[in-house]
Amino acid sequence: MMTRGLLKRQLSQRTAFSLLIIATIIVIVPVLVIVLEIIANGASAISWDFLTHAPSQAGKAGGILPAIVGTFYLMLGTIVFALPLGVMAGIYLTEYAKDNWFTRSVNLAIVNLAGVPSIVYGLFGLGVFVLLFHFGMSLLSASLTLACQALAMTVTTSREAILSVPREYREGSLAIGATKWQTIRHLVLPQALPGIITGAVLAMSRAAGETAPILVVGAAFLLPGLPQSPFDQFMALPYHLYTVAAHVPGMPKSTIWGVALVLLVVVLSFNIIATIIRLKVRQRRLNA
Amino acid sequence: MKMNSVLLNEKTVIQSQTKLKTEAVSLYYGSFQALRNISLEIPEHAITAIIGPSGCGKSSFLRLFNRMNDLITGVRVEGLVELDDIPIYDKAIDVVELRKRVGMVFQKPNPFPMSVFENVAFGPRRHGKHNLGELEDIVEKSLRQAALWDEVKDKIGQSALALSGGQQQRLCIARVLAVEPEVILMDEPCSALDPVATLKIEDLMRSLAQEYSIVIVTHNMQQAARVSDMAAFLMMEDDRAGVLVEYGTTSEIFTNPKDKRTEDYITGRFG
Repeated sequence: MMTRGLLKRQLSQRTAFSLLIIATIIVIVPVLVIVLEIIANGASAISWDFLTHAPSQAGKAGGILPAIVGTFYLMLGTIVFALPLGVMAGIYLTEYAKDNWFTRSVNLAIVNLAGVPSIVYGLFGLGVFVLLFHFGMSLLSASLTLACQALAMTVTTSREAILSVPREYREGSLAIGATKWQTIRHLVLPQALPGIITGAVLAMSRAAGETAPILVVGAAFLLPGLPQSPFDQFMALPYHLYTVAAHVPGMPKSTIWGVALVLLVVVLSFNIIATIIRLKVRQRRLNA
Repeated sequence: MKMNSVLLNEKTVIQSQTKLKTEAVSLYYGSFQALRNISLEIPEHAITAIIGPSGCGKSSFLRLFNRMNDLITGVRVEGLVELDDIPIYDKAIDVVELRKRVGMVFQKPNPFPMSVFENVAFGPRRHGKHNLGELEDIVEKSLRQAALWDEVKDKIGQSALALSGGQQQRLCIARVLAVEPEVILMDEPCSALDPVATLKIEDLMRSLAQEYSIVIVTHNMQQAARVSDMAAFLMMEDDRAGVLVEYGTTSEIFTNPKDKRTEDYITGRFG
C-alpha cells in the first residue's frame, strides 16, 4: 500500500539524493575542465626540444629546460631541509614532549604555520636568508624559504605516522629492556617510514607549485643556463608560467599552455606517487 | 630469605627463595588509588598466579615488577617492591636493566612486524649482540625453549604476523627468553587464544618454571588451578582500590580458602 506519507518521504529522499549528486558533479567539473583544457591547448607545444632547450627570445622560442631543472632542484632543496627537521620535531612531539604549555604552543604554532600566506614566507626568506644570512637571491635561499613552509606538513605527517604505530609494539620492545630511543629507532621509525615519505612527497609537490615565495628570494625571469651552485639564481616552472603569461607580449598561446602542462604533470605525478605509497602500505597492513 | 616449605602444585615439596617481594605497596593513577597496601613474597622457580575479578588491579600489580606502570603519566607507587632484596623503585635502579631481568608477555600477542628471526633477535641486538652466528644460536635456543622451533624452523625468515595466534604468543615468549631474564611476567597470556593453544602455553609455563620465576595474571580459575604453585586473590574495595584478600599455595587457595570472599570467587559466586 502506497500511502501519501510514504510517497512524500520517497520524493524527499530522491530530491536529496539528486542534490547531492549534482553538488558532487559541480565539484569535479572544474578540475576536469582545467586538466582537459591544459592538455588540449598545451600538448601541441610539447616536444623534445621544448623540454631540453633553454628559452630564447624572452621565452617565445626555445624550451623550458632551466625551469624544469630549477623546479626539481627546489623540490630537492626543500625536502633536504624540511624532512629531517620535520621528522625530528615529530619524534620529539610524539615520544618525548610532556603535555605542558610549551608543547601546546608548539602545536598551535605548527597548525598556524600551515595557514600563513605564502608571500609572507617569501618576505621572511628575503629578510632572513637573502639579506641577514647573505645567501643572496639564490636556490639556497629559496629552498630554505620553501622548507619553512613545508615544515608544517612534514612535522604533521611525521607525527601522525609515528602515532599510528601501535602501542603494543612499543610495550613489547620496552618490556625486553630496549631503551626508548632504541624502540623508536628500530621499531617505531621503520613502521612510520611510509607515512613519513608520503608526507615528504606531498610537501615536494607543493614546493614545486609555489610561485609567490620564490618570487622574492631568487627565481629569475630568464636564464640562459642551469644553476651551477646553490648560490645561483634559478628558473622555476610556476614563476616562468607567470612571466610568460603576464609579462611577455606576443607570446604564443600554446607555449603558455605547454608550460602549464609540464608543471601540472610534475605536481600530479608526485601526488600520484604519494597515493601509491599510501595504498601499498595499507595493502601490506591488511595482508599482515 | 627462606620461605616455608610449601606444597607446590601438589607435586613436589621444595625450599624456595623469595624472588620478588612487595611490602605495603599502594599504587595511584593521579588521585585514583588502584592498589592498597599489598604485601606478598613471590618464590623463585615457581609459578605464581594473580587472580581476581576484572578491574581489581591485577595487571597494575603485575606491572609493578618491571615498572611498566612508569609509562603512564601521573602514576605513583608507595611502599617497597624488591627483586632479590633490591628495591626496584630506588633512584639508582636502571629501568632498562630491570626490564632485561624481568621480562613480560602481554595479553594480546604482539609480535613485531618483522621476520620470526628478527623478532627473537630484537632483544639481544638491542643489548649489543651483533654477531650473526651468536644471534642464530640464541634464536634457535629461545625458540626451542618456547616449544616453537619445530613449527617455525623452516619459516624463520618469514613475517611473524603470518603465524597463528598461539604461535605468535609463544614467539613473544621466545622473544623474552632471548634476553635471558630471571622473571617472566605474563598478563593474561592465553585470553586471546583457543583452548588447544592455551594448553600448549600452559605446558610451556610448567617447563619454564624449572628455570624461571613466573608471575601470571589470569581470569581463568581453571588455568590458575592447573598451572600455578602459589595464588594471590585480589579484590576491589568500595573505593575501587585493589587489595590482597588471600595469598597462599594454590592447593590451599583452591581447596581450603580461609577468606569467605576467596571461596565465593573461586566457586563462581561472583566475578
